[in-house]
Amino acid sequence: MPSAEMKNRAELMDFDKALELFEPVLGFEVHVELNTKTKMFCGCANEFGSGANTNTCPTCLGLPGGLPQVNKKAIESSIRLGLALGCEIAEHSRFARKNYFYPDTAKNFQTSQYDDPICHDGSVTIELESGRLVTVEIERAHMEDDAGKLTHMGGATGRIQGADYSLVDYNRGGVPLVEIVTQMIEGAEHDAPEIGRTYVAAIREIAKALGVSNARMEEGNVRCDANVSLRPRGSNVLGTRTETKNVNSLRSVERAVRYEIQRQAAVLAGGGTITQETRHWHEDTGITSAGRPKSDADDYRYFPEPDLLPMAPSRDWVEELRLTLPEPPAARRKRLQAAWGFANLEFQDVVNSDLLDAVEATVAAGASAQAARKWWTGEIARLANAAGVAADSLVTPIQLAALIELVSDGTLTDRLARQVLEGVIAGEGTPAEVVASRGLAVVSDDGALIAAIDAALLGQPDVLAKIRGGKQQAAGAVIGAVMKAMRGQADAARVRELVLERAQAIE
Amino acid sequence: MTYLTKLSAAALSELLVSKQVSAVEATRAHLDHIAAVDTDLHAFLHVAADAALNTAAAIDARRVAGESLHPLAGVPIAIKDVLATQDMPTTAGSKILEGWVPPYDATVVARLRAAGLIPLGKTNMDEFAMGSSTEHSAYGVTRNPWDRDRIPGGSGGGSAAAVASFQAPLALGSDTGGSIRQPAAVTGSVGVKPTYGGVSRYGAIALASSLDQVGPVSRTVYDAALLHDVIGGHDPLDSTSLTDSWPSMAAAAQAGLKDGALKGVRVGVIKELSGDGFQAGVTQRFTETLALLVAAGAEITEVSAPNFEYAVAAYYLILPAEASSNLARFDSVRFGIRVNPASGSLTSEHVMSATREAGFGAEVKRRIILGTYALSAGYYDAYYGSAQKVRTLIQRDFAAAFSQVDVLVSPSAPTTAFKFGEKLADPMAMYINDVTTIPANLAGVPGMSIPIGLAPEDGLPVGLQIMAPAKADARLYTVGAAIEQLLEARWGHTMLSQAPALTPTEMFASEEGAV
Ligand SMILES: [Zn+2]
Repeated sequence: MPSAEMKNRAELMDFDKALELFEPVLGFEVHVELNTKTKMFCGCANEFGSGANTNTCPTCLGLPGGLPQVNKKAIESSIRLGLALGCEIAEHSRFARKNYFYPDTAKNFQTSQYDDPICHDGSVTIELESGRLVTVEIERAHMEDDAGKLTHMGGATGRIQGADYSLVDYNRGGVPLVEIVTQMIEGAEHDAPEIGRTYVAAIREIAKALGVSNARMEEGNVRCDANVSLRPRGSNVLGTRTETKNVNSLRSVERAVRYEIQRQAAVLAGGGTITQETRHWHEDTGITSAGRPKSDADDYRYFPEPDLLPMAPSRDWVEELRLTLPEPPAARRKRLQAAWGFANLEFQDVVNSDLLDAVEATVAAGASAQAARKWWTGEIARLANAAGVAADSLVTPIQLAALIELVSDGTLTDRLARQVLEGVIAGEGTPAEVVASRGLAVVSDDGALIAAIDAALLGQPDVLAKIRGGKQQAAGAVIGAVMKAMRGQADAARVRELVLERAQAIE
Repeated sequence: MTYLTKLSAAALSELLVSKQVSAVEATRAHLDHIAAVDTDLHAFLHVAADAALNTAAAIDARRVAGESLHPLAGVPIAIKDVLATQDMPTTAGSKILEGWVPPYDATVVARLRAAGLIPLGKTNMDEFAMGSSTEHSAYGVTRNPWDRDRIPGGSGGGSAAAVASFQAPLALGSDTGGSIRQPAAVTGSVGVKPTYGGVSRYGAIALASSLDQVGPVSRTVYDAALLHDVIGGHDPLDSTSLTDSWPSMAAAAQAGLKDGALKGVRVGVIKELSGDGFQAGVTQRFTETLALLVAAGAEITEVSAPNFEYAVAAYYLILPAEASSNLARFDSVRFGIRVNPASGSLTSEHVMSATREAGFGAEVKRRIILGTYALSAGYYDAYYGSAQKVRTLIQRDFAAAFSQVDVLVSPSAPTTAFKFGEKLADPMAMYINDVTTIPANLAGVPGMSIPIGLAPEDGLPVGLQIMAPAKADARLYTVGAAIEQLLEARWGHTMLSQAPALTPTEMFASEEGAV
């Protein structure tokens, strides 16, 4: 439908121009899906990829008579997440029903929280690439259950428009979510898109470090709704905001915020008004399109969930949970970079490849930080990429540390070590076992080397003469011949040393 | 075998335990009686004759094999259609659930089965338990065995009528604002609404979650206690279920039969639940019962519960609000009937709308609309919020009263059974009929209705409501059993033995050759 596509492709204003005229105001709602064994309010498995509607029961199917039971682990995870976000944990908290009709919501209400969220008033400080620090205030982090998944059948686009019918899978229905809502973020200026990306990355990283979520955006474990409004320079009246729903990758968050700033600026500069609405993000075309109008009069008829008792997490429990918090990811990164002495780019490379844990564990197993980094982000990442798997699934940090040790003690050259790595990945055993079984160790027996060197020197008398005459660089030709004779299983530095020595010694 | 249907559950249990009667005989006797009288009364929406006989045969086999069984094993029971049963349709009296067989049993049903009781079938009720007359059932009315032109009460008219007409010695009901107690009162049977949280609600189709409670219906206080002991106690599947351990209600009822059981018991008469609006014969029987209590050594005090005046108003905000949300799930997507719109596209929204339009009755729609309105932004504080405050005040009234007395009493209902259609056109008149029973639901305290005689003016049963503090259900059984014993001694018979004999329904309007 080219015409609809044309219609969707709004006028955009140049980003810098938009920032000259307007001040962007942001807000984010991030949903984090918890990785509890069972669902929020029933005993069904919280599992991705099971057969449609197999992880269901009367409660999560919303059958008549079904009643919710709170999953304590989900409360615990929510509190830990809240604590990691610097939140207060409510002394009294309760669930509330958010009433609306939609076929993916089995009960036609979502069990959520309204006026007594479990966590409130926290903050996260993020560091932008420029080094600018931005503190994002968290208004609340509340618990709720996820909806089922609709699949629209028939029609060209897989979207609801034009579909013949829709299928519902309630396996995801009732999976525990924590929704983290920020305060209004002002003063973002040109950094607005980057703030969006970095903030969501920080939430994802914290959830992952806590172990409360699988935190895979591509599987929808972390989903972001981005609120954007523009305020004309010199005005103190907030502009009308749009809410772009379900932006599901870090890069998309950045693009969606940038797009909305440019789009809204063009509308406002053209004398138009912004409609308060939800918008859909289109990953493929990089645009947002209008969803349903959303007004403050949207009425979900919230009321306290009568089927569940209010919660009063004891202070002792909260403090116990606080003790289980890992080091905050940002602080940990600072500490590790300093300890390892990595340049910014080297460190970013490790972080962006999701290899911080792997490098840290390899160093802990005795390897040097630089060697660990080089192997993980180099050869192992290359092999993993080719195989389409995660780097840390190929070898263990302990195996890699052992391999690095074999290189540093001269048993292996880098080239041999790569062959040993292949052997380890192929399941042939530990690096030492692969070295033994493949016979790959550097020849460190000087006797064999000396014999080879003497033969090479005597075979090239002119070169021998040059070396004896003080032209050490001439040794290269002999070294090459020796390495070839040794089938590469010799340490080149040692060969060079011996060549110079033997050139003076032999008759 | 007709006599088997006349027995109390306790008496039948003795015959079963001593193997003088088999469960199959007991079950067949009740099924035969149902076949004879229920075409006319219509207490049952579904009778599971084959399943009941099979279950009974299995119980007999186990008893013969010497297995130790629950004393009620082999005793038939009727189940209100609001409770999920995996082998019988469960409709809650609504068209929208016509033919729906749940994939699971309500906890109380599972406990009945575990104890070996024999489910006979499902009983009629006002649609989704909304009503006081069973006239709001989508499947037709149930007749009062005392007068077939009159209502059997509601919403649990089917369970009460089944028990009162000897079609079952026991039944399960649910009580949100009086749906067990008021039908018991107008049919001359016994009904108990336990403490909120005392009996599991898992598998009970929710009307108003914060008010609903499942409870026993029977012909004697002791039978109700026996059933209460089977269904009560903590259920992890119901988060509002109390974790307390409970005393035996049967033992409490037995204690009431001892001499002097009422001596020194402080009985409070609620000033606000008498006088204007109460039928003369109801007041008369109530007053006579109080005199009997005094004679038995009880101390009668008048107590005031000033906020009871607002109970009906608060109830009719809280109930519709919760119901509007609880009933949202009836949308044709996962269960129940599906109705396509007569015109327009088949979007989920249109289909949901057409299904709910066709599937819900007028009273259900009225309450969904009321509740949706009461929860709306801008009205919440004035309606739902205020109603919750009234609820707190009523709880305080109860607390104050129970600081002075052991139990509270009132007539169970302002009137005896009214005629079909009498209050249908005037919802307020119907709602006000629950003025006596609603406060107990709002406060979560237990209440019981027992028969105390017939109103002289119409010869119809009058009930006494007894209420106790939350978790003191046992007190109801002690006091209830004591009063029941006093009354029966005075009358020289049980109340229900005086009910008119029900003639078997004629299969044909006329016989061949006869006019
Ligand atoms: Zn489930």
